[in-house]
Amino acid sequence: MDDLQHGVAEAFRLLVTGDPELYQIIARTLAISTVATALAMLAGIPLGYGLARGRFPGRTVLLSAVNTGMGVPPVVVGLVVWLLLSRSGPFGSLGLIYTKQAMVLAQFVIATPLVVGFTAASVQSLPVELPDLLYTLGAGRLRRLWIVAGEAQLGLLAAIMAGFGAVISEVGASMTVGGNLRGSTRVLTTAIVTETGRGNLPVALALGLLLLALAFVVNALLTIVQQRQRS
Amino acid sequence: MKRLLCALSILPALPAIPALPAAKPCGEITLATTTSTQDTGLLDSLLPMFKRETCIEVKPIAVGTGAALEMARRGDADAVLVHAPEAEKAYVESGDLIEGRRIMHNDFLIIGPTGDPARVRGQKDAALAMKAIGAGGSFVSRGDGSGTEKKELELWKAAGVSPASIAQREETGQGMGATLLVADARNTYTLTDRGTYLAFKDKLSLVPLVEGDPRLLNIYHAYVVNPGKHPTAHRSEAARFVRYLTDPKVQEWIGQFGRAKFGQPLFVPDAQTTSAKAGQPEETSGRSAARSR
Repeated sequence: MDDLQHGVAEAFRLLVTGDPELYQIIARTLAISTVATALAMLAGIPLGYGLARGRFPGRTVLLSAVNTGMGVPPVVVGLVVWLLLSRSGPFGSLGLIYTKQAMVLAQFVIATPLVVGFTAASVQSLPVELPDLLYTLGAGRLRRLWIVAGEAQLGLLAAIMAGFGAVISEVGASMTVGGNLRGSTRVLTTAIVTETGRGNLPVALALGLLLLALAFVVNALLTIVQQRQRS
Repeated sequence: MKRLLCALSILPALPAIPALPAAKPCGEITLATTTSTQDTGLLDSLLPMFKRETCIEVKPIAVGTGAALEMARRGDADAVLVHAPEAEKAYVESGDLIEGRRIMHNDFLIIGPTGDPARVRGQKDAALAMKAIGAGGSFVSRGDGSGTEKKELELWKAAGVSPASIAQREETGQGMGATLLVADARNTYTLTDRGTYLAFKDKLSLVPLVEGDPRLLNIYHAYVVNPGKHPTAHRSEAARFVRYLTDPKVQEWIGQFGRAKFGQPLFVPDAQTTSAKAGQPEETSGRSAARSR
């Protein structure tokens, strides 16, 4: 109990005293996870739409693969990305291992199945006739997509939240491919692991509370947008 | 089919069944220790031997030395086995740790790129080597409060270099294995214990450059957590464990450990040859150990 109180106090102290390293870690965490989620949206929303609306052989297998991907442990993703990017790996010459770019790539791989799965589910919950109806009303292909996306907006925002929530809170992949280097690839979750390992439990807890607060703010913003669309 | 499912459903519970009656009558202790004792496999062999002899179950929690000492201060452990004599002193003085015994040592190496840009190869004085690296090389540090990091900081201090002033110094905040991989990818210098280096040797292009300085000794002490301060601590079992580690027969076993796998022992036993005084690296025994390799 003592430690919990201590942690809350420490969180406020760190924020108020404006520890520059902490602000850097927060900014880095947000930047990496936001870029990864944005890329996952770019790839995942069209894919999800195609899976929901398309009729082609192997569609069920693909959907199952996506649903499995939604549950793959981030540390496994990290391991595979590490093997690809490490110096002895096939893309080692790019020199990407232990960089923010490598972390974005790993988080992108984690978030994409979530975005695809949620998008597919939300598009499938719309009336099947909707595109045909729009077609008969004379809407072009792009316009049809746009209107369907608008209708599926609740689900799409949920997809973004799921993707962002997964990557900002994951530690295994970021640790493996980023290397948790102080001042360059250390993010909130890996900093928590380090501080816990150091025995700095109040600081670790404070970082955990900040992570929670950060996730709350981002999700609150998205939820406000989502609910406004609804009304 | 139904019966099969029934049979399968108890499978996850099976390993727990024999453990239940065994744990109770003999007692168990929590050992806070460092990742090196776990990663080298020392505890995996030692703890079952201890259990066979005494029936006491030891649960090892392998963390950095900083965290292991902190566990003792919080009363979350019954015994500790750590390797940062300087840091240990404070916990002995505060009365959290008692009955300290020196158990064994191994040594640290400074490894780096074969090109050796800071020209430290063969340097016998570790502090001078660190000074050269600080001036003309890059370095990857554990940065996790471990005994290895504490040793690194001690060396920077001896070299008269402030770690913060080195532009090319990075901290991983992770264990020795992960840090070796980062240093290798970055092609930089780093400080490593010999055991972990040997275990990772095949994966690394970095080579040993500086070794044998008595300052590079890595000394392990075992302590009992003081039940006077932490009433939940299991003193008699913990004391028995520390006594076991200093037993001549066990000490001899420690001196042989790793020879089969790595071609050389990973630790040099110390309990018979040195006093029990904590925080006092005996340099003479270190020299002979460094020579014996």
